[in-house]
Amino acid sequence: MSTLWRVADVVSGYPETETSRTIGLRVDGLMGNLPGQHIDIRLTAEDGYTAVRSYSVASAGRDEIMEITVDELANGEVSPYLVRDLAVGDQLEIRGPVGGWFVWRPTDTNPVQLIAGGSGIVPLMAMIRAHEASENTSPFRLLYSLKSPEAGFYREELLTLSEKSRKLTIDYVYTRKVPQGWPTAPKRLTAETLLANILPPDFYPETFICGQTIFVETVSEWLVQAGYPAASIKTERFGGTGGTR
Amino acid sequence: MGIISSGFHGRRQAENPATPPGQYETGSFPVLTAGPAPDIPTEDWEFFITTGEGQRQTWSWEAFMALPQADIRTDIHCVTSWSKLGTSWRGVSLDTLFEDVQTTSEFTTAHSYGGYTTNLPLRDLLDGRSWVAWEFDGAPLERAHGGPARLLVPHLYFWKSAKWINGIELTQEDVPGFWESNGYHIHGDPWREERYS
Repeated sequence: MSTLWRVADVVSGYPETETSRTIGLRVDGLMGNLPGQHIDIRLTAEDGYTAVRSYSVASAGRDEIMEITVDELANGEVSPYLVRDLAVGDQLEIRGPVGGWFVWRPTDTNPVQLIAGGSGIVPLMAMIRAHEASENTSPFRLLYSLKSPEAGFYREELLTLSEKSRKLTIDYVYTRKVPQGWPTAPKRLTAETLLANILPPDFYPETFICGQTIFVETVSEWLVQAGYPAASIKTERFGGTGGTR
Repeated sequence: MGIISSGFHGRRQAENPATPPGQYETGSFPVLTAGPAPDIPTEDWEFFITTGEGQRQTWSWEAFMALPQADIRTDIHCVTSWSKLGTSWRGVSLDTLFEDVQTTSEFTTAHSYGGYTTNLPLRDLLDGRSWVAWEFDGAPLERAHGGPARLLVPHLYFWKSAKWINGIELTQEDVPGFWESNGYHIHGDPWREERYS
């Protein structure tokens, strides 16, 4: 049952950006996760105090190892510990993987549009990885909205995929700082920019949006106004829980 | 006690007996939904109750607002671990809406504009335990939070308090709704931590 707490061994940890880290967790008997699912992590202090937070799974393997990528929140209770202090060889407790809605399955045949704001890329990366590893030939397109090039997760992997994958297209929007030689200045994401960089409605894409609440609200509103059926849009938010993740 | 993370201290909140196990208090009101928010003008809004026996009752916004209104002060608990204590709402008790309903059904499915559903035993809706709420903190309920009106069943996890409520269908069986079909608990009592299926 997914409701039980299980012990996970920390088997890897490497920095993703200056403020984030990808952590590998091994759980006995785990059979991987559906792309898009999350896990709950429980930390226990020496006096028994516990804190639980949810993190999307970034990996898409069907084995005993899952990877999460945690972005450190300045006032966070759990994320600074996971990014700065947790060490390979440590153990923690997890519940899950959980969720059957914000998931992509290799048997899904529609084209897929992924829209990520910042660290909202994590569950979408699991979908990209599962798609690349599968026989599924439907086109995937990712729009990745970032403050700066340095804030991007999975940069090398996405670069390689953008060069080699025949079924994935990646577009970037930079809101504060652009890479050298980028054709446009950094700017806030607008409806016009959004719609110019995603699959049009007549492709009937399934759309997955993940990011902070305001990003998800705004983008999904623009999509509905542009004629994408609400039923084709799936959303996942974070940073909505009082900013204490 | 679980695995201890030495070096993890956490940020303790004062123990509050109003907070169910595994929940922490938040001052904000997070928005969590599965997709875009539907836009329902009150002119087009309608609330229905249907029974397995073929009875159907409906209320327009005007008729709904003419019903006795209740002020509710309650704590709410989201399955994603936040609790918000002492929230203020105004709305119509389900006891009022069910006054003329005769049924042998023991279960219900709440239907929302936009297609969301959630299942609730009828006993969880009656006896002053649920409302159709249209005001939050003294102001009309915002669309992002389920306006014009949402179900309010504060003694269960908040996904049961369906936003953009359209009506209640009485059912003979407990039929899993949207989140209940997607990994979440069929009942959702926060005091028993009925989070996941």
